[in-house]
Amino acid sequence: MTIRRLLSAGFASCLAIAAAPALAEETPSPDDPKFAAAYEEGGRYFTEEDIPTFNVAEDGTVDWLTYSGFRRYHAECHVCHGPDGEGSSYAPALKNSARDMEYYEFLAAVAGGIQNVNASENSVMPSFGNNPNVMCYIDDIYVYLKARGVGAVERGRPAKKEAKSDEIQAFEDDCMG
Amino acid sequence: MKKSLLMSAAFLVGSSGLAAANSDLQALIDDPTQWAIQTGDYENTRYSELDQINRDNVDDLQVAWTFSTGVLRGHEGSPLVVDGIMYVHTPFPNIVYALDLAQDGKIIWKYEPKQDPNVIPVMCCDTVNRGVAYADGKVFLHQADTKVVALDAKTGEVAWTAVNGDPSIGETNTATVLPVKDKVIVGISGGEFGVRGHVTAYDMNSGEQVWRAYSMGPDSDTLIDPENTTHLGEPVGPDSGLNTWEGDQWKIGGGTTWGWYSYDADLDLFYYGTGNPSTWNPGQRPGDNRWSMTVMARDPDDGMAKWLYQMTPHDEWDYDGVNEMILTDQEVDGEMRKLLTHPDRNGLSYTMDRETGELLVAEKFDPVVNWTTGVDMDPDSDTYGRPAVVAEYSTEQNGEDVNSTGICPAALGTKDQQPSAYSPKTGLFYIPTNHVCMDYEPFRVSYTAGQPYVGATLAMYPAPGSHGGMGNFIAWDNIEGKIKWSIPEQFSVWSGALATAGDIVFYGTLEGYLKAIDSESGEELYSFKTPSGIIGNVMTYEHDGKQFVGILSGIGGWAGIGLAAGLTDPNAGLGAVGGYAALSDYTALGGQLTVFKLPD
Repeated sequence: MTIRRLLSAGFASCLAIAAAPALAEETPSPDDPKFAAAYEEGGRYFTEEDIPTFNVAEDGTVDWLTYSGFRRYHAECHVCHGPDGEGSSYAPALKNSARDMEYYEFLAAVAGGIQNVNASENSVMPSFGNNPNVMCYIDDIYVYLKARGVGAVERGRPAKKEAKSDEIQAFEDDCMG
Repeated sequence: MKKSLLMSAAFLVGSSGLAAANSDLQALIDDPTQWAIQTGDYENTRYSELDQINRDNVDDLQVAWTFSTGVLRGHEGSPLVVDGIMYVHTPFPNIVYALDLAQDGKIIWKYEPKQDPNVIPVMCCDTVNRGVAYADGKVFLHQADTKVVALDAKTGEVAWTAVNGDPSIGETNTATVLPVKDKVIVGISGGEFGVRGHVTAYDMNSGEQVWRAYSMGPDSDTLIDPENTTHLGEPVGPDSGLNTWEGDQWKIGGGTTWGWYSYDADLDLFYYGTGNPSTWNPGQRPGDNRWSMTVMARDPDDGMAKWLYQMTPHDEWDYDGVNEMILTDQEVDGEMRKLLTHPDRNGLSYTMDRETGELLVAEKFDPVVNWTTGVDMDPDSDTYGRPAVVAEYSTEQNGEDVNSTGICPAALGTKDQQPSAYSPKTGLFYIPTNHVCMDYEPFRVSYTAGQPYVGATLAMYPAPGSHGGMGNFIAWDNIEGKIKWSIPEQFSVWSGALATAGDIVFYGTLEGYLKAIDSESGEELYSFKTPSGIIGNVMTYEHDGKQFVGILSGIGGWAGIGLAAGLTDPNAGLGAVGGYAALSDYTALGGQLTVFKLPD
């Protein structure tokens, strides 16, 4: 909590400018408070709105969740959505979805699925709500894709990563059972 | 008890009847004006005796007519032509159209099944379907949701249906079926969902299930005889599909059966391959994982295995063994042999004696293949028939949570299901291939029924140090085990080939080109860009004395997923990212049939 206050104080001065809505066609900046890390807790990063987000250091080191999200995305999601969140011939580019959708909206889509079945379309996103390989790592996948969406992380495997924190390990052990 | 009764009944039929293919279908196959089976013939040669279109005039080829299927996603397989009617199928929702060739493809009937759309996301790699089959006046459709439907070929009325699997646990279908004698033999998909693969025979007239053979489990499930079923000439021994697994892992063991099946009427054996063991994390399933990754020879009457050969014991790379088994009679060392040739996902092409299961040749059909130094061909060796795995590329030896890099081929294989052709005139096999390598990091996953059960992170890229493209179209000598020539392609070649007596070979490309090449030299003679990328198979037929060539366009499948945005090279420095061609710059979705002919 103290960390949070400190970091938000630092960001407060640029809030007024960054809060102006970006044009839809433009890729928003990773420094936009909607995406930028305001504070860290147990190896996880959050925006000032308390939404999980990525953190990329000056030297390119990514936070553990972003790295883990890269791995989990390419195990669970890429068989439909293509490599690096780029989309496939029939499934949307999730790097944009994670950037443009609200966090809870994104979570609901993954947990509950989406169906677009009509005369011209046969697209179905399954519900992953009971799949621990996805749901235990949903924040990982979300922050990775968001980092891809705003261009904070390039395509491919992130070269450098923070160590996995004890808190993240404990959460994983608990969640995966 | 029920199974043994069924089996003994089947034995009686088998021993009293003459070994023969379905005679109606065999007669149609023997008539080159028809295209009565997806694979061209029971032998899977995809060779046509038609020669009106040939190497001297193919550059005059023009579009005769086209047909939009009304479905957008990946179109695999091909139409059939039987007695003046063309049968065109689509991906999910698996529509079947009967088109009147005498009236420019006027629709005689249309069948559109009602399927639960929840089957769509449990199909691992797009909603493809590799086409319908025909026999005894019926058209057989194996839907995505695993329902097998027999339709009256003239009216489209449903004669019978059978349910082959359960999509709620990830069992789906993408393959065609094989009509043999009075049975329809069908496979199953779902290796990425931890299903247990099987092959099943249904009575052609009633749709009743006759037998089912699982890929793993006790002998009573796998229909393997411990004494009479052989692996490289030796009896396999009891419960080989059980004791090569740890614990109950075999129950979610994969080994699905979604490839192309062939049949030899003289030997009365049908041949197919089994897919990857589940999960993709090899550390989670110790043992050889029999009989995943296996060439199977079974009796169509009772399903009993005569011989089998496991190509990739304890898979570490997702090299499914489901690709086509092409049956040819060729001379080997001065002696005529009944051969089976199988270019596998693992990058090795196997030539076997299809009567005995003896391994004759196992050679790389892409020089970049590096996970193995080759197969032990010494019958006296302890490791006879096993590939020697290179430690650097072993995802098992490198371990969980370690990224093994530079493995060739990638998980999609040196080739996938896209079927090859064989010309008896040249004695060559024409093989569409992928030229893609990968990084592979396995990690622990838990199993949930009906959810993906993968357990590995993959990154794929064009084979390093090569021509930069992601595919080749090659001519292969299956006796020498050598590439005769190789045509580099920008993208993986994901289309089935066709060879004809006109000394030409056809194939499609992911950009959407239909190409014709000289069957001797590989020289390109003709090319035409169709409306969408091609992952379908080229077919040919004759109508009113004129030869036609047909191809389905409609980008999708594995290729549409992996290549849509273009691949990146993880080993290149910054700035090289995005340097490879993106399929989305060349083509977009859309199912269409294009039919070609020579000018009148």
